[in-house]
Amino acid sequence: MTAQAANSTNDSILAGLMRRCNITNLAIDRNAEKLIMVNAVVSVVFLALGGIMAMLIALTRWEMVHLLSADWYYRVTGAHGAAMLIFWILFFEVAGLIFSITVILNRRLLMPKVWWIAFGTMLVSALALIIIMLSGEATVMFTAYPPLEATSWFYLFFITFAVGALIAVIAFFIELVNARYRGQVGPLPLFTFAMLAAAVLALWTLVSGAAALIPTYLWSIGLIGHIDAGVYRLLFWGFGHGAQQINLVAMVGVWYVLAALTVGARPVNEGVSRFAFLLIILFIHMGAIHHILVDPGFSQLSRAINTSYFIYGATIGSMIHALSIPAAIEMAQRRKGFGQGIFTWLKKAPWKEPGFSSLVLSFWLFGVMGGISGVIMGTVQINMIQHNTLIVPAHFHMTVVAGTTLAFMGLSYYLIPLIFRRDNVFPGMAKVQPYVFAIGMTIWGLGTGFAGHAGMSRRHWDSTFGDMPLATDIFQSAQIDISLVGLGLGALIAGIGGAMYIVNAVATVFLGKKTDTPHLPGIDKDALTPADISAREAAREGHGHHRGFEFPGTLILVFAFLVLFMILYATSWFELSTITWTIE
Amino acid sequence: MVETSSPLVAPPPNWWKPAGREEKLWIGIAAVWAVSMFVMMVIIWPAIGGQQNQIHSYRVDPSEFQAYTAAFIEEHQTGELEGVPVVSPPPDTDIFLQASQFQWTPVLELQRGETYRILMSSIDVQHGFSLQPDNVNFQVLPDFITGLEMTPNETGEYTIVCNEFCGLGHHLMVGQIIVVD
Repeated sequence: MTAQAANSTNDSILAGLMRRCNITNLAIDRNAEKLIMVNAVVSVVFLALGGIMAMLIALTRWEMVHLLSADWYYRVTGAHGAAMLIFWILFFEVAGLIFSITVILNRRLLMPKVWWIAFGTMLVSALALIIIMLSGEATVMFTAYPPLEATSWFYLFFITFAVGALIAVIAFFIELVNARYRGQVGPLPLFTFAMLAAAVLALWTLVSGAAALIPTYLWSIGLIGHIDAGVYRLLFWGFGHGAQQINLVAMVGVWYVLAALTVGARPVNEGVSRFAFLLIILFIHMGAIHHILVDPGFSQLSRAINTSYFIYGATIGSMIHALSIPAAIEMAQRRKGFGQGIFTWLKKAPWKEPGFSSLVLSFWLFGVMGGISGVIMGTVQINMIQHNTLIVPAHFHMTVVAGTTLAFMGLSYYLIPLIFRRDNVFPGMAKVQPYVFAIGMTIWGLGTGFAGHAGMSRRHWDSTFGDMPLATDIFQSAQIDISLVGLGLGALIAGIGGAMYIVNAVATVFLGKKTDTPHLPGIDKDALTPADISAREAAREGHGHHRGFEFPGTLILVFAFLVLFMILYATSWFELSTITWTIE
Repeated sequence: MVETSSPLVAPPPNWWKPAGREEKLWIGIAAVWAVSMFVMMVIIWPAIGGQQNQIHSYRVDPSEFQAYTAAFIEEHQTGELEGVPVVSPPPDTDIFLQASQFQWTPVLELQRGETYRILMSSIDVQHGFSLQPDNVNFQVLPDFITGLEMTPNETGEYTIVCNEFCGLGHHLMVGQIIVVD
């Protein structure tokens, strides 16, 4: 920040337009603060709503309980997808965009009104969509594949939601250019860089969504006579999968922040971390074709090239983060004096700090269960034995729920007290909450994954088939019964973990003790320190050259991860080869 | 002494430094693994695997497809199973399998070891072809034919479950393929 920019920050504080945080010493724009608050509160409301629906769905799929009627099961499954995959995540991410462009750059929001318009548009559209989906007028699932038709209001509000989000994304770019132009920022902080990557992905994603849904809306009101089911799927998944890539990038950014907040970790190499984000930006959109690997319309080779993000370019990006996050933690811990042996740094980590446990559990579940299953699923031939089975939701719940959601929960244990200036009401509950949630999601993921492995379809109300013509009892076996117990119990445990988070968040926002210095003993003293110039110069001149490995523990962990990846990958090919049919 | 900034703080203008030895090693290994997976999918499995995913795609009008299916059933019908026609076509003819809300028509009786060209399409909304218990899944769309050359190598009764949500009766949609010697 230049001296001129610093002066303007001080003037703003004197004028009451900004305040200085007593914990982080960051200057916070009042307008940005309010917008972060409303977006965060709305996101948590949708998380609560989506969580309740998740329980209803799990208790229906668990055949022993089979709670909802078919009609309600399908309504709730659609609304759950919209509330969780879109609303909870996107409102939280808009809060993150605003945070990354104001608070950590010590600058004021250039155009708060535009951000309010974006928020209002998204909120009205989101509420309307949930009501429409639960009313039974749009029982088409969150994917809304035509020609299965919903009321035209459904497509309209879907489009207006995307427009609202698009306004926020464009506002972010304008704010960033403005900050650079005014000299408020030079090289971006890594978190802002991550949010910029997310915004770049969001731009393409939302345009793709509009291209899918605008013709569908025109078709639903009769202006277009025919809608192409195949083209819709291609465009929709540019949005549907793209939206999850935004989550991935935002989550990785949050991982770096949580590592910094809880153990004072730094990226090992800023260039390498940024390069990994760049790889994801460049390649990950091709992955939308994951969803149409068993569709007519494309050659096998084009599907293979696309779904592999052209030779797994984005996978390499993710694997770089898989090294650099734990390496950053290990090096920070070693600097603190936990340098003995290979894993002392991990043993002495702050496991009772919710930000740290959320980070590690989210990282572990995302990478091992979500990441590996996703790469395997995106293999053209293997996809034949996984498409639309319960393995698919098992995969993306490990990425979006156990990964992104848990990371966002972890961050909000700091963000909520700092932004709302209130003490966490249940710090003890916060310590165990990430574990409860992660254990529940693990059991749910294994149960759901194994049920899908046995062939059970996703989005299917009754897999016992009753006494209908040509009914089958293939889904009535011990393996499936046990898997479904895992699905049901895991969901309930994760639901308890989710409820613990929501109760704590809501109680803190409304009932927490008001204070200018929220009690956050877990924040590391190095959480917000810049690079040490002398260390940098020493490294440049070669004095910092080291002989042993800087992070041996991390290297062992990532190699173990790679071996597991290889074993699961090979196992999946073997599974495919056991199919008794020959398929050319 | 740390050379890099917190992710919440802007790095100094000269933030670039070359990647360290361990990072280069890991990026290299990740790249080799990525290329290996790509070669496995694009070159090795197509050469050795018995289960490919070579979909033959065609455009078709739903009413036209319905007519093809009706003619196919009329020519090769050998019986009826719980109200659904059963056909026993020879291997050298095109096999038509029609998806509609909420049934698969007809029931196919196939010979073990023979290769069939199976053409699937929908006459209304999107459906999913899920062959159980082998667990082989394909998307079935209106206006498109999902064409596959498939060979059953074991006799028995196979169920076709619909695994794409197709309306409130989605879970009622099952079909059958019977493989005989």
